[in-house]
Amino acid sequence: MSALTYRLPSLSTRFVPVWRRNLLVWRKLAVASVIGNIAEPMITLVAFGYGLGSLLQQIDGVPYIEFLASGSICMSVMMASSFEALYSAFSRMHVQKTWEALLNTPLDLDDIVLAEMLWAASKAMISGLAILLVLFGLGIGLHPTTLLVPPLLFLIGITFASIALIVNAIARAYDFFTYYFTLVLTPMIFMSGVYYPITQLPGWLQAIAGALPLGAAVRLVRPLLLGRLPDDPLRDVLILLVYAAVAFYIATVLTRKRLLK
Amino acid sequence: MSILTVDSLRKSYGEGAARHTVIDDVSFALRRGECYGLLGPNGAGKTTTLKLCLGLTAPDSGTISLVGHEVPADARRARLRIGVVPQIDSLDPDFTVAENLLVYGRYFGMSHADIVARLEWLLEFSNLGNKRNARIGELSGGMKRRLTLARALVNDPDLIFMDEPTTGLDPQARHMIWEKLKALLAAGKTILLTTHFMDEAERLCHRLAVIDHGRLIAEGEPRELIARHIESQVVEVYGDNAAHWAAGVGGLAERIEVSGETAFCYTNAAEPLLQNLSHAEGLRYLHRPANLEDLFLKLTGREMRD
Repeated sequence: MSALTYRLPSLSTRFVPVWRRNLLVWRKLAVASVIGNIAEPMITLVAFGYGLGSLLQQIDGVPYIEFLASGSICMSVMMASSFEALYSAFSRMHVQKTWEALLNTPLDLDDIVLAEMLWAASKAMISGLAILLVLFGLGIGLHPTTLLVPPLLFLIGITFASIALIVNAIARAYDFFTYYFTLVLTPMIFMSGVYYPITQLPGWLQAIAGALPLGAAVRLVRPLLLGRLPDDPLRDVLILLVYAAVAFYIATVLTRKRLLK
Repeated sequence: MSILTVDSLRKSYGEGAARHTVIDDVSFALRRGECYGLLGPNGAGKTTTLKLCLGLTAPDSGTISLVGHEVPADARRARLRIGVVPQIDSLDPDFTVAENLLVYGRYFGMSHADIVARLEWLLEFSNLGNKRNARIGELSGGMKRRLTLARALVNDPDLIFMDEPTTGLDPQARHMIWEKLKALLAAGKTILLTTHFMDEAERLCHRLAVIDHGRLIAEGEPRELIARHIESQVVEVYGDNAAHWAAGVGGLAERIEVSGETAFCYTNAAEPLLQNLSHAEGLRYLHRPANLEDLFLKLTGREMRD
């Protein structure tokens, strides 16, 4: 049993019908969902961008609202992906018993976990794209380099969905997710250069911050939205990929332990 | 060859001192076209047995062969030919009746055209033709069960697992489910049924097994099992002093069990008991043939299981 529990996740296209199931649910509520997903970053952008921006003017030679916009889109994708892989996946796994129904078909638990991860990433990317459109309306990010942003948004979604699925696998109830949001994601936002450059932080904190996935995401997306190329794209893409791969493996193993007993 | 063969199955949970056995050397085999019942009190191991047969958990030892495939090694391919009606409804609340069936069919790798072609029959079979666009929240308990049954049939399975399919339904809805199950049996399907309802088992099952504490303690045809394990007649005696009465008539019945204000007298010849009762003051009684419930209570005891 234990060898089976710890084997690598099986990656197969069998995830597609499960992904399509979630897409069909989303399509019924799409407008409300997208509005919800873009409202929060937009409010942040208006409040901080114009409010604080009028005091700050520029950061590293960039208007504050543009600085904030790129951080904000990464943060929103992280949040959208985490929400989907926590609250929504937990509903399907634990409350609605959707996963139980799926396991009675010729699908494996690995197929379901993969589908949930890719779905959360897809949904997060869709809301990221909607935010991008609004940014264009504000005259932000109108550069050819922005074309590289959508695939990055998907990768950011994959990374945070994979991490969130670990939390989902060990959660007993919805309350548990509050800890993850307040103790993990919120501090990460303040350490990842979303609102201010991390050079403002003490040195030891900067060292930690450099290895955080949201920090890597911001270092990739921010220059692209400003019309430049990232300083070290390979390192930062690798950071996101390593977090995603390790987290997805752990999430799959823990979910197997939870459900296949 | 059996459509499902379970041989010397064992499964336990926990480690060290906390280790407890849930399935203890269980073997049985289903014949094609029969309804086979798994009966047992709560916690007897029925649902674990179903999970093992579907390959959703691995046994400690023993072998399972399901529609010609070894389980759990080849469980995915076996499940292509299986339908499952789970104990707890797991319909998609966000979808309509038709969408539930369409989406479920895709999990079996069916093409959209194939599912659509099957949809009309499924809706007709489950008497949900006029509900195809209804949301799940609008359905009654009986309709949800019928939809769950229709969903289990989307892949035209050879063998259908039913885990307490009528629990929580009103009598009308139960009878309708029974009709459907009989229709499926008539069409050559095989059914593995777990239930708490002895009348249901007696009505539907060609053969059944009684499971308790993870062990298979009796197996056979319902009437034959009753004849083998239990006296042919039962006289139930009710009243405040039934217990007192029962203490004085020991010789008149093979066995007497007192439960609260009722004495259950098991006998092969009820005449002397009935004679005695015709003089008894303040007692009412019911004389009936022994049934599966009597057998079940004899084999598994009367104490509560939680």
